[in-house]
Amino acid sequence: MPGWKKRSEMRILGKDTPRLDGPIKATGRAKYAYDINLPGLLQSRILRSPHANAIIESIDVIAARSMPGVKAVIITANAGDEMKFAGQEVGAVAATTMERAEDAIRAIKVKYRVQPHVVWPELAMKPGAPKVHNDGNVPKPNKRETGDVDAAFSKAKFTSKGTYTVAVRTHASLETHGVTCRWDDDTHLTCWASTQGVFSVRDELAGTFKLKPEDVHVITEVMGGGFGSKFGAGYEGVMCARLAKEAKAPVKLLLTREEEQLAVGNAPSASATYTLAANEEGKIIACDVKGYSCGGIARENFPMPFIYDVGAVRSEQGVVFTNTGGSRAWRAPGHTQASFLMEAAMDDLATEMGIDPLELRLKNDKHPLRQAQFKEGARLIGWERRNPKPGLGALAGAGRFRRGLGCGGAIWYPGGQGGSQCKVTINRQGEALVEIGVQDIGTGTRTICAMIVAEELGIPLSKVKTNIGKSTLGYGVASGGSVTTPSTAPAVKRAAESAKAALLALAAPKIGANTDELDADDGKVFVKSDRSKSMSFADACKLAPTGGIVGNGRFEGTPQRPDPLQQAGVAGAQFAEVEVDTETGRVNVIKVVALQDAGIILNPLTFTSQVNGAVIQGIGMALYEDRHMCQLTGRMVNANLEEYKLPGPMEMPEFVSIPFENPTATGVTGVGEPPVIPTAAAIRNAVLNASGARVNEAPMTPALILGALAEARRRANA
Amino acid sequence: MKAFEYVNPADVKGAISALTAGGRDAKLLAGGIDLLGELKEYIRTPDVVVNLKSVPGLNKIESDAKSGLRIGALVTLTDLVENPIIRQKYSALSDAALSVGTPQIRNVGTIGGNLCQRPRCWYYRDEEVVCLKKGGNKCYAIEGENQYHAILGGGPSFIVHPSDCAPALMALGASVEIAGPKGTRVVPLDKFFVLPADNIFNENVLLSNEVVTHVIVPVPAAGSKSHYMKIRHKESFDWALAGAAVSLVMAGNTVKDCRVVLSGVAPIPWRSKEAENVLKGRAITAEVAAQAGAAAVAKAKPMAKNQYKVPLTQNTVKLAVLHAAGVAA
Repeated sequence: MPGWKKRSEMRILGKDTPRLDGPIKATGRAKYAYDINLPGLLQSRILRSPHANAIIESIDVIAARSMPGVKAVIITANAGDEMKFAGQEVGAVAATTMERAEDAIRAIKVKYRVQPHVVWPELAMKPGAPKVHNDGNVPKPNKRETGDVDAAFSKAKFTSKGTYTVAVRTHASLETHGVTCRWDDDTHLTCWASTQGVFSVRDELAGTFKLKPEDVHVITEVMGGGFGSKFGAGYEGVMCARLAKEAKAPVKLLLTREEEQLAVGNAPSASATYTLAANEEGKIIACDVKGYSCGGIARENFPMPFIYDVGAVRSEQGVVFTNTGGSRAWRAPGHTQASFLMEAAMDDLATEMGIDPLELRLKNDKHPLRQAQFKEGARLIGWERRNPKPGLGALAGAGRFRRGLGCGGAIWYPGGQGGSQCKVTINRQGEALVEIGVQDIGTGTRTICAMIVAEELGIPLSKVKTNIGKSTLGYGVASGGSVTTPSTAPAVKRAAESAKAALLALAAPKIGANTDELDADDGKVFVKSDRSKSMSFADACKLAPTGGIVGNGRFEGTPQRPDPLQQAGVAGAQFAEVEVDTETGRVNVIKVVALQDAGIILNPLTFTSQVNGAVIQGIGMALYEDRHMCQLTGRMVNANLEEYKLPGPMEMPEFVSIPFENPTATGVTGVGEPPVIPTAAAIRNAVLNASGARVNEAPMTPALILGALAEARRRANA
Repeated sequence: MKAFEYVNPADVKGAISALTAGGRDAKLLAGGIDLLGELKEYIRTPDVVVNLKSVPGLNKIESDAKSGLRIGALVTLTDLVENPIIRQKYSALSDAALSVGTPQIRNVGTIGGNLCQRPRCWYYRDEEVVCLKKGGNKCYAIEGENQYHAILGGGPSFIVHPSDCAPALMALGASVEIAGPKGTRVVPLDKFFVLPADNIFNENVLLSNEVVTHVIVPVPAAGSKSHYMKIRHKESFDWALAGAAVSLVMAGNTVKDCRVVLSGVAPIPWRSKEAENVLKGRAITAEVAAQAGAAAVAKAKPMAKNQYKVPLTQNTVKLAVLHAAGVAA
């Protein structure tokens, strides 16, 4: 079974290739779920509980049903139901215009019995706090102890202790959750979805409506981001189909920005108190860590300790429930939080020891590739310029603006998930069509599919058409865990190989050679040992039957039975240079050097896009993003993109995003998640190095930085 | 948004008649940057919306060497930013207009709307929260999330005034021309804005059937310099955490006259006479600027989560004074 070509032999793969759907996206011609307009289309809205904790006493829909233009009202909550967060769904309305649907949900009269709520984890942990779930807010924590922690601490030369916290972040996808649904008849449903998994949406809708999976057509031509929050049909997807069925008309249901912020996922907050101990040589010998995360009504853990070899470990990890929207997978679930908490503790230990934080990492990191990445990243950022002590050095200077450097490391585990089925058709005009159901969530999957086929067939990219993002095509995986490329690329390659083999078989008699003596490249079919014996690819295609030549390819890899075209496990390291304004507490990220291993990189341009995008989200986490909950009202006060602050054009650093391949790489793997992991930690440590401000919370707002600067001045004067 | 009657008046008189007929349930629309948000979020549900953009002639910037600037209410923020006379002689206004929102917002948002926009307080902007300003019985900021709320002039409501142009114009001694049923009146910006203690429902003296038609800015005295400094959490599309508009009339090295007006810290653009008194008659040095900053926040009363605004405002005043004077920090 042929592997990937050597980098030097690739003509299309491995070369910067702009995404095929770039022009239609940039010019507004791409059709997102939001843009699907059908004859007789109705608009719809969801009614949500305004209370963080309340029992529904009664629901009256009479007024709403009789409003002009209202075509369907469906209530899903019942009297007696408990609403556990502000934003929980009560029902939905479909009407002839969005304004009428908005008015109609406000005309539904719901009587609530409001109960005490708790929206902050620190209050939810207190005895007597209002209970979020019947069995309490604090499930029994996981405790673990390896090695003799107490003995290690007793002989430690250095110890350092700190409590670190990361706020809740929302996914903030530019396209909100939702679908447009049309019933083609009683048993056939078509659904245009903004999703990371056309097949998972298909299966959820088929299950809900008792349809055959093949009778549910889910279409995602393009989508505007999911970051882990868009796998199933969700409440909004199911309700859209129910409303369409009841109204006997197609319905569009896409969430508002407020709903997006409240109810369809977030990255849980995390907090941990780390005590680290090191010996004379700078080897970490013990780690005592106690932490918890809070995903609202849901739960999710994070790894602790993280990536470094820290000797004996005692850990206690808990979760806390609050009356807030439930968390969902958020790009590298748990790992961004884990990185911030651990890497902050590492720098604080290095400060305590008076050694270079990079040296501490190199002494305690067993990962050989990350060792190499740390060293190369140090070279690229100019690590020798760092301030030898936090806030003190030539780079920091003594003026208003202080510069500094910081770093952090990452790990990720992606590998393919089996099941992908791809079909490649070569037509008589010399063009190829690649078809697979997998969706492109914005990462460039469509482009990679076409590139692989063009490479295998030896034809220009412009001769390859793509048809993806449809559940009627061959199975494709859901895009989570960075599995899309390693699951899809092998199947596409094999389908192209199979189609090529069939084409060579047709050409063989004409050229006068055996099939296995032939190959196709550079627009020709030729004898491998004598390229002068050839015919053009276009002429070979004319030999095909009317329906063209079809090749099928599958990917069936599993962790137990790995497939050589893909691989699992990557490392990364990042370095940040920041400037702290000591007068205002503002931080400007000057530069981020991101080194990321991702197996064989098929399209360096979309690889770089992925890494840059991850760094931007890391900057958001480090400095800006925070879901503010108000304990007084139980409501999110910044359920918008005005006060929920995302980095914008002015916040962009210089990006140095470097593919740092494992030299032994033979397969492809995903890069969606790993590069987002260490950015915030690197920025936090750079702020410390620049200014001496030890900020232990993300986001590092001007308020926190000004406070930490004042504290650093007090320490210096003491 | 709730359905409403949409009126396109031919002139200012027509706009006033439509507003009068609509009573309290009529709202005036200019660029729509603020009003549309309120309508879509059901913060306000008027029966009548009167479109001022249908009135011709209110989108001009007139400049006269003797009488100064006369800016029509429909002049966009981009128009202000791109005007060379404003850039040169009224720099604080140019700085302020450029600091607003995003290019798209500045292309549509008007100076009249910028002065008359409603607060961004996240309780006021929450449809489900009936706060003092919406007829309720408490200001949620007092016990709630108050990191962006007032440290000066607060009570009983602790909103901050969101305008960047207002403090700049106030520092430049500007007035607004207001048309109403009884004719036209000119009100200095010093007297245009009102504290919540005086009027909980409106941030200015405008009656519901009055229209700001022009902003008038006098010619700066010889030796004038001005600057508006806005400190925000992020540079792309954000509101002021603290800001300071400073205008200085210099006689040689000495400050003959000055104005210091703060943004982002009080329910109205906050004129700091305390800071002005420090500066008057002095040469601007880093030390004098710092004293002005300290004076500006001497009476600040922060709440649980906005204490950072005190040192931030103090530093912002200092930096803005130095910048206006052209003295290195």
